[in-house]
Amino acid sequence: MSKSLISINDFSRDELLHILSVAREMEETGSSKLLDGKVVACLFFEPSTRTRLSFETAAKRLGAKVIGFSDVANTSISKGETLKDTIKMVSNYVDIIVMRHPLEGAARYASEICDIPVVNAGDGANQHPSQTLLDLYTILQTQGRLERVAVNMVGDLKYGRTVHSLLQALSHFDPEFIFTAPEALRMPAEYKTFLEKRGIPFLETDSLMEHLCDCDILYMTRVQQERFSDPMEYEKFKDVYRLERSMLAGVRENMKILHPLPRVGEIAEDVDNTPYAYYFKQAQNGMYVRMAIIACLLGYR
Amino acid sequence: MSERNTQLKVSAIKDGTVLDHIPAQSLFQVIDILDLSHCGNPVTIGVNLESKTLGRKGIIKISDRFFLDEELSRIALAAPDATVNIIRDYQVVSKKRIELPAEVIGIAKCSNPMCVTNNQAVTTRFATVVEDKKVKLLCHYCEKTTEEFIPLRH
Repeated sequence: MSKSLISINDFSRDELLHILSVAREMEETGSSKLLDGKVVACLFFEPSTRTRLSFETAAKRLGAKVIGFSDVANTSISKGETLKDTIKMVSNYVDIIVMRHPLEGAARYASEICDIPVVNAGDGANQHPSQTLLDLYTILQTQGRLERVAVNMVGDLKYGRTVHSLLQALSHFDPEFIFTAPEALRMPAEYKTFLEKRGIPFLETDSLMEHLCDCDILYMTRVQQERFSDPMEYEKFKDVYRLERSMLAGVRENMKILHPLPRVGEIAEDVDNTPYAYYFKQAQNGMYVRMAIIACLLGYR
Repeated sequence: MSERNTQLKVSAIKDGTVLDHIPAQSLFQVIDILDLSHCGNPVTIGVNLESKTLGRKGIIKISDRFFLDEELSRIALAAPDATVNIIRDYQVVSKKRIELPAEVIGIAKCSNPMCVTNNQAVTTRFATVVEDKKVKLLCHYCEKTTEEFIPLRH
């Protein structure tokens, strides 16, 4: 087991499966005193309410205390303190650091300058491994297996880090992919080469309807405004796909719709009450997976 | 621009190292990588010399200095086909090719402006990847690939 969780690429197939099995145990056990007396730092150098609350709840459900900040406005970082100094200082106080930072590679750097485990809760457009683990956990939960699952990824496949990391993690499990994206937001060539080298099949389309009935997992993503420098470009793509209840006739019975949330307009609210909607349960799974991550890195199992 | 003749344009050295077959456009990068601007030894530099294989090449002769393989391997990024000649008493006693290191630490700059190494005092670190005969650098921190070698300034 690695000491820190920085990138999904650092984890072998067995290590991924290990965390998923601990997450299942967490879901069954619920709250415990497993980390009684431990202190977890949640350092959010850029705001992310959802991820922060999920990690903080995870730590508290294991009996740990939580310290930290949710943005840098009222900290000495706004006075110009370096990342190194902040991490060095905090690492003397706590048992584990959970951090989100706008700079790519910030979590890796933090893990190298302190002696305690670091969990990357997002480093810019780079990695967000707890999201990938909760996606895997949800796929396993809904399909009963991770092997040979057909995943249709929809939306911004160019800039969306969640789809890139999920693609890499699933490559251990013999998947099939469908990439649904407008021309300008297609899956980058480097990821397609990655799949080709491993003999993993994929199809590309710009039509949401075309392969809607050919997948076990429909992985919807939001077109993220913050990734576009030109607001006109964003306007062009923000509503490119919208999934509605009426489109779901004929989909596979076991098909589940996932979304890393928050959604904007990609999934109409009338989809929420169908048996295919699974994104809220997926978000809840995030808490169990984060409990497992913190517990494993602090030496449990 | 008229072609120059390489014959006798660059004088011989008694003892030291001759780096040959450096692409002309990479010569100053090699000087930076080996930090020759701060080297007290006599250094002879030739640039835009005619070469059958490279078109225009650069050559560097450093008197009384012998580099470690590790130091030399760094220049593979700028000049992958360079040759190293070790000179003792005007004779070439050893001739070797540069070998690409598996990892490059503190020489190259990451091309990703959002990489932590471009915003905090972090030493850069890359794994070298050869794709289509081109050397690419995979950043240890931001995990992005830098296609063109950009030297860090000393």
